[in-house]
Amino acid sequence: MTEPLRAETDVLVIGSGAAGMYAAIEAARAGCHVMLIDRSLIGRGGATVMAQMTVAVALGSETPDHWSHHYHDTLAAGRGLCNESLAQLLCEEGPACIEEMDAWGVGWARKDGRITAAFAPGHDRPRCVYVDFLNTGPAVSKTLRSVVNKTAGIDRAGDLCVVDLTKSDGTVTGAAAWHVGSGAPVVISAKATIVATGGLTRLYRRNSGSANMGGDGYAICLRAGAPLIDMEFVQFFPIGHLAPRLIGMDPIMWDPFRYKLGGRLLNGRMEEFTQNYGVPEDGRYIITRDVGTYAILKEVEAGRGSPHGGAYLSFQHCSEATLREAFGPVIDRLEKNYIDLTKMPIEVAPIAHYHMGGVAANARMETDVPGLLVAGEAVGGANGANRLSGNAITEALVFGRQAGRTAAARVKAMRAPVPPDARETLDLLRGEERKDAPNTAEMLQALQATMADDVGPLRTQAKLERALSHIGELDAALGARPFGVAEPFDLTRLDWLDLRNMVMVARVVAQAALLRTESRGAHQREDLPGMLPEWRVNQVARLKDGRIEISRMPAAPIEVAAQ
Amino acid sequence: MSEIATLKIWRGPDKTAGRFESYEVPYERGQSVLDGLRWIRVHKDPTLAFRYSCINANACKECMMEIDGETIYACTTRLEPRAMTVGPLGNKKLVRDLVTEIAPPQERLRLK
Repeated sequence: MTEPLRAETDVLVIGSGAAGMYAAIEAARAGCHVMLIDRSLIGRGGATVMAQMTVAVALGSETPDHWSHHYHDTLAAGRGLCNESLAQLLCEEGPACIEEMDAWGVGWARKDGRITAAFAPGHDRPRCVYVDFLNTGPAVSKTLRSVVNKTAGIDRAGDLCVVDLTKSDGTVTGAAAWHVGSGAPVVISAKATIVATGGLTRLYRRNSGSANMGGDGYAICLRAGAPLIDMEFVQFFPIGHLAPRLIGMDPIMWDPFRYKLGGRLLNGRMEEFTQNYGVPEDGRYIITRDVGTYAILKEVEAGRGSPHGGAYLSFQHCSEATLREAFGPVIDRLEKNYIDLTKMPIEVAPIAHYHMGGVAANARMETDVPGLLVAGEAVGGANGANRLSGNAITEALVFGRQAGRTAAARVKAMRAPVPPDARETLDLLRGEERKDAPNTAEMLQALQATMADDVGPLRTQAKLERALSHIGELDAALGARPFGVAEPFDLTRLDWLDLRNMVMVARVVAQAALLRTESRGAHQREDLPGMLPEWRVNQVARLKDGRIEISRMPAAPIEVAAQ
Repeated sequence: MSEIATLKIWRGPDKTAGRFESYEVPYERGQSVLDGLRWIRVHKDPTLAFRYSCINANACKECMMEIDGETIYACTTRLEPRAMTVGPLGNKKLVRDLVTEIAPPQERLRLK
């Protein structure tokens, strides 16, 4: 293999969703040279672009509000496990980021000149700003991408997949990557590295994220020595679209419909059922994500599911005029999919949506490893055992901005970058093609099936043990050397690199879920129902000698009564 | 239920070295061409290269290609139980199969 391509920068930002782009802007504004890279195209993939509507923030533009109320709701939703300092940062700094986004022209929906806010489940008042229609994520991505374009000092490179972080003397010194577009290895030297790679939704068969979010950031940080926290808490969004088949639309689109129009959740017998799980909705939208997911899956299990194995969601109480006023052109797109909401309910079911767990970090976004920072969904702990609606984009913006600031401060205090040691990764990428290699796309599908069936929202010891055994088999089939060749867009090589990370992260999630012998928030053990006081602890995963070790630490002393 | 969509797909590393190859895909009403391409990777050939990030949400705008001669997104084009021709964008540099260089120059890797 030829020599790797080399680059040097002050701040390397990995991932170009909202968190990565905000981090890049903030570091560049502080005078740093920034390299913003993404495994797909810049500013197009990740979770941000898929956000449909709400961004939670105590702006108080319509209804009086204060960040402490938002903070209180965030901690309550987190079922006693939130990292207080991260949750506080999210809530306290949210308004400033939302206002800056407004000044950059994102186009938050307004009524009578004021930014308007929707009410979302778990909040004590209307607090969620948005961009019509169903355009929050694309508008946030586009706005930040154009600010990145206009900000001096940010070099961008897409199609660049980080294989591992580089380290010298215990410090992260940059990253070694595989350029998908050419097949060439690339070594980037940086004084500070920010991992903003999003979550792990791709581990699951049905998910609402982008196909490029397979927990790669968690894996590269773990291998670099940074601990992960709360990895058992995967958020399932209860009302992901299930049927009839819909294309050109995001599966979480029914969330905004419920914000604006309420809607009725019905079981296969066309009966309302959420009241049997403690939440009588009466046409409102108040059920939180963990309870909604549990209620739908339990109805299905009892033989009361909809034909495709979910629940019905009906907006048949709404007139055509009401629907058009609330969602304009979206109604035409539904029509093209043969869906007339005035005449029929649609079917919905839980879908993997967000990861509460992630890399452990302090409120400066620093990990345990010098030189390594994190931002956005890659950060674990802010949302505890269950995330409040609307907190994901807010944390992406706030944590991104903070990571950019901290990185800039580090850069100013450093003279020269430490030369990266990328030998291991370069050797890995030198692998010869394996002629007998299994089908990587099929392996990926097998992993997603295992995670969905056995490490989904409802878990048991037997299911989790079966999952760990399947994960072990996939790991063995994957082996230590990559498939494919060093050629442009060899997807078998990219899949191998992805699977290497996905298998590791899947194992952490399943192991942490097996160890937590109670039910809390998004982690529901059918064999161990009920939340136990002694489990008010966060689980921390580390990689030691190639094995995952999980320990416990007491959760922050929280005043808010956990539900 | 046993209807088939036949996708004639461009395979090759550049516009002079390659050819259209046919793949038979089980057809279900409501599927997209992107669904068909993903099915081929899992069941026939994992080396088939195409871009996508979001899945059928038309959010990432990465899956633009030429389907039956029309420049269009694979995620919003319905798969149909007939022969369909799927090729890379004609006006962009071909990287491999259906992947073209669609990023603006300032968002590509540029190293000395």
